[in-house]
Amino acid sequence: MRHLLSTEGLDAATATSVLDTADTLKQTLLGREVKKLPTLRGRTVVTLFYENSTRTRVSFEVAGKWMSADVINVSASSSSVGKGESLRDTALTLAAAGADCVIIRHPASGAAHRLAGWLDGVGSQVVNAGDGMHEHPTQALLDAATLRERLGELAGRRIAIVGDLLHSRVARSNVHLLRTLGAEVVLVAPPTLVPTGAEQWGAEVRHELDPELPKLDAVMVLRVQAERMHGGFFPSAREYSIAYGLNQARLDKLPEHAVVLHPGPMLRGMEIAPAVADSPRAAITQQVSNGVHVRMAVLYHLLAGEELGA
Amino acid sequence: MTRLLLKDVRPYGEGDPVDVLVDGEVVAEIGADLQVDADEIVHAGGAVLLPGFVDLHTHLREPGREDAETVETGSAAAALGGYTAVFAMANTDPVADNAVVVEHVWRRGREIGLVDVHPVGAVTVGLEGEKLAELGSMRRSAAEVRVFSDDGHCVHDPLVMRRALEYTKSFGGVVAQHAEEPRLTVGAQAHEGPNAARLGLAGWPAPAEEAIVARDCLLAGHTGGALHVCHVSTAGTADILRWWKSRDTAGRVSAEVTPHHLLLTDDRLETYDPVNKVNPPLRTDADVQALRQALADGTVDCVATDHAPHAAQDKDCEWSAAKPGMLGLQTALSIVVRTMVRSGLLDWRGVARVMSERPAEIAGLADQGRPVAVGEPANLVLVDPDAEWTVRGAELASLGQNSPFEGMQLPGRVVATLLRGRLTAHEGKVRR
Ligand SMILES: [Zn+2]
Repeated sequence: MRHLLSTEGLDAATATSVLDTADTLKQTLLGREVKKLPTLRGRTVVTLFYENSTRTRVSFEVAGKWMSADVINVSASSSSVGKGESLRDTALTLAAAGADCVIIRHPASGAAHRLAGWLDGVGSQVVNAGDGMHEHPTQALLDAATLRERLGELAGRRIAIVGDLLHSRVARSNVHLLRTLGAEVVLVAPPTLVPTGAEQWGAEVRHELDPELPKLDAVMVLRVQAERMHGGFFPSAREYSIAYGLNQARLDKLPEHAVVLHPGPMLRGMEIAPAVADSPRAAITQQVSNGVHVRMAVLYHLLAGEELGA
Repeated sequence: MTRLLLKDVRPYGEGDPVDVLVDGEVVAEIGADLQVDADEIVHAGGAVLLPGFVDLHTHLREPGREDAETVETGSAAAALGGYTAVFAMANTDPVADNAVVVEHVWRRGREIGLVDVHPVGAVTVGLEGEKLAELGSMRRSAAEVRVFSDDGHCVHDPLVMRRALEYTKSFGGVVAQHAEEPRLTVGAQAHEGPNAARLGLAGWPAPAEEAIVARDCLLAGHTGGALHVCHVSTAGTADILRWWKSRDTAGRVSAEVTPHHLLLTDDRLETYDPVNKVNPPLRTDADVQALRQALADGTVDCVATDHAPHAAQDKDCEWSAAKPGMLGLQTALSIVVRTMVRSGLLDWRGVARVMSERPAEIAGLADQGRPVAVGEPANLVLVDPDAEWTVRGAELASLGQNSPFEGMQLPGRVVATLLRGRLTAHEGKVRR
């Protein structure tokens, strides 16, 4: 892997290898008091966040530190976005300062691709930690890791992604990765939140959730951002909740083994009922802890080599 | 008076090569193997001779963004691209919404003298879409403005658009509309379709253009004003124009298409390279094919470049921060050759029509877009139809280097351009 920019185009062998590495790392660190491997000693990892996301940034930071990398956090105010030169100049400064890997979160779709283009010449690597409405590949990888733990192999599994597909980078990354790993994906949302051409993503598109429930092995609930509720995408939060909210009645319609995921932060009550979020069927805290191992695995593959020795 | 002899040229690419004597500002003689005295002889080797090109849609960036283009550098690009007249869009800083700014641009064009620079006046004050600019003052200024446009912005308020069409009618003006319904294009970054959806770019849906074009046709018909539709980009717009032009009242509606919308599609979004970011956006292959047909059958009247140079920092950035626009003046002819001539959709008379005659008529220019004939003004371009060349943005005359055709090998090349009998460009070099 040269960079990790998207899950689109990530082949099954590479994805599986990252997930296997994450698994190995998790077992290795299990029960250890000092969670520190020497693997990336002397390497510098920079998190460059143009959007606030404590959850994602901390997860990358912990991943880097557990592998003994030097981790530098750079927060860029999103007010500097729009002055086009800032991202390029910042990137080249970080590269000149010796960053081996830049982890970028940016409100513009494609920002990570542009960054990779500028850094190709100087050999720094790029991990996309979320670019606009485009992709969030490590989120998809940690979701896949969680589903593998709960369900075993993903091939032949049927997984629903429910909610704001139009603006969701998590949905895009998950569709590509789950399909690559052999799962069937069904996208469920009101028509106003389905991107034009989503039916070409190789997933089924549905507007009603209830008929799908008995056939599912997992439900991924997406976050509905507050500004969408007033953007005319649907009439009201209440109506959305009635049609698409994952409540106890819907949970009961799922097969016994089915898992519930949510990338967080959750809008309890609207997208997901509190009882569902806290039920043992939900794997939400497991997603968070898997996030660290998956990000360690990604850094490992980018910075330390292809296969984990033992 | 200077006498210039063009040897071995083929007017409109037809018949055996002839010689053309240009005496002063007019074509004086056309015939086989003319034996005349001349101050300079251009040996053309059978190149195609056409009336000089007229661009209804050029951004020269002066005043305000002289780091991206100036009247001088833009004029050089125009001359090298075979143009003898260009219309400089009003979205400068300050905006060309008054007589002072349009006279400045017009005067700079005259001083440089490579191409007739006709300033376009803004339709509304500050391009804000609310209050009509002093259209009559701009008309009566030295620049004699006849084309008005808020390009970059749509005159979206139907009442303001109606008044603009009515008001300009009295002095033969034309309102050139950037058709983009603003409510349907909030935050738009790319053609709304599978590519933009996959790449996470907010969509610019085709009906946002089509709805405004349909509305404006109705307003033009109702008021009798002259509407010119800028940079048509969708198959649906072509259908609306075709329907409108089939009606009796259609005479006052015209339309242009850009070279890039005749060739490029939204497949180019893939790299997120903002050199491909343009407004209206690159659309689908079906749109491209429909636009070629519409240009061939006259539904779309002419080619206009929407030449839009930008400084490097405005393009070498993330997609959403990048300014929309592409270079066009020096590649337009080659793109027309590639998409329209090589495909058999247009012959050279057709090229003369869409790149010279129709734009001159639409803008009301008396001495441009005239036939290649004795007694006519010698605004001419010589084209080598067989030449192939590779586009290098850095070698183009514009200050901006944002050509989407960078590295592309293109057919057809301008050999020489004559403005009122004087060579302004010859063999790739500007003549001052
Ligand atoms: Zn425009």
